[in-house]
Amino acid sequence: MSDSTHHREPVKLTLTELERDALAELANIGVSRAAASLRKMIGQQVILSVPSVEVMTPKAAAALVGEREGDKLVAVQQAFSGSFSGRALLIFPQAKSLELVRAIIGPQVPTEAVQDIEDEALAETGNIILNGCLATMANILNQSLSVALPEVLRGTGPRLFEVAEPSSDEGLVLFLYINFSILDLDMRGYIAMLMDLPSVANLRRLLDEFITSVMDDGTEDLVTL
Amino acid sequence: MTTTVLIVDDSKLARIVAAKAITALKPTWQRIEASNADEALELVSQNHIDVALLDFNMPGKNGVELAGEMRKLRPSMPIALITANIQNEVVAAAKAVEAVFVAKPLTQEGLQDFLDSAARALPAEHS
Repeated sequence: MSDSTHHREPVKLTLTELERDALAELANIGVSRAAASLRKMIGQQVILSVPSVEVMTPKAAAALVGEREGDKLVAVQQAFSGSFSGRALLIFPQAKSLELVRAIIGPQVPTEAVQDIEDEALAETGNIILNGCLATMANILNQSLSVALPEVLRGTGPRLFEVAEPSSDEGLVLFLYINFSILDLDMRGYIAMLMDLPSVANLRRLLDEFITSVMDDGTEDLVTL
Repeated sequence: MTTTVLIVDDSKLARIVAAKAITALKPTWQRIEASNADEALELVSQNHIDVALLDFNMPGKNGVELAGEMRKLRPSMPIALITANIQNEVVAAAKAVEAVFVAKPLTQEGLQDFLDSAARALPAEHS
């Protein structure tokens, strides 16, 4: 254990190909499960893209989302803590928020009522998707994470990715980009995990342990035709 | 005659996990792998493949679409769809092409029934 060194020494930002592969696969399993739950809530198929994973600064993540989706964003945020800690965000364009809520609660509810329960419905959707992702990652990595209640945030990319203490602006975002669509409700969703350097380093160590445990035997004789 | 199983997944790690489970359950089976649907279809059309394990969420064609195309080439080949995505539409599409659901993350226990029934369906010379 050399956790104490992470605070001062620079941590390499680039994940190896297998680490990235492992993380994308964990996210894929988590989001697939979440999609199956969401399917039950909205009664329509949820179509997922293949997740891609990038590690970047909060500033770069904010710029990426802003460029693609504009300034009006809504996010459901959940803090998590355990052997790696941070917050997870489910982000989508604010313009689609009411449509998503409408899809969840059904067409018979009047528009004013939809607005009233918008945040609650968003928080619940975020909870299902983010918890699905976090719990799956934690289970497969043999860790336990505690996940706080969801909160709904609105604003620009920089606002959503803003880091609490100014001194911790070297924090990293593990950016999982997943495009999900719900029939003709063409919604792009983004999932981001915002973590500080020691947490990213811990997660990386856990991924390495997981990869080692998977690779430990009997796989060298694969035949490639 | 050796039984050959094809593993199709865009994740290298997931292919390794699948290969490991197959080796533990069916040590004499030969395994080959592909990272996408096009590669998989080429392997199936050019080689003798007995059993296929397909990931669902892949770039390009997904696992159900791939299963449908494989089914045309190999009408009776046992095909498993490996996914955590058990939405009704995915289940129905898999059923339509006679693919069996196996849960992700893949475990030996999860794979055992499918491989055992695939083995029973093989012609006698595979025994």
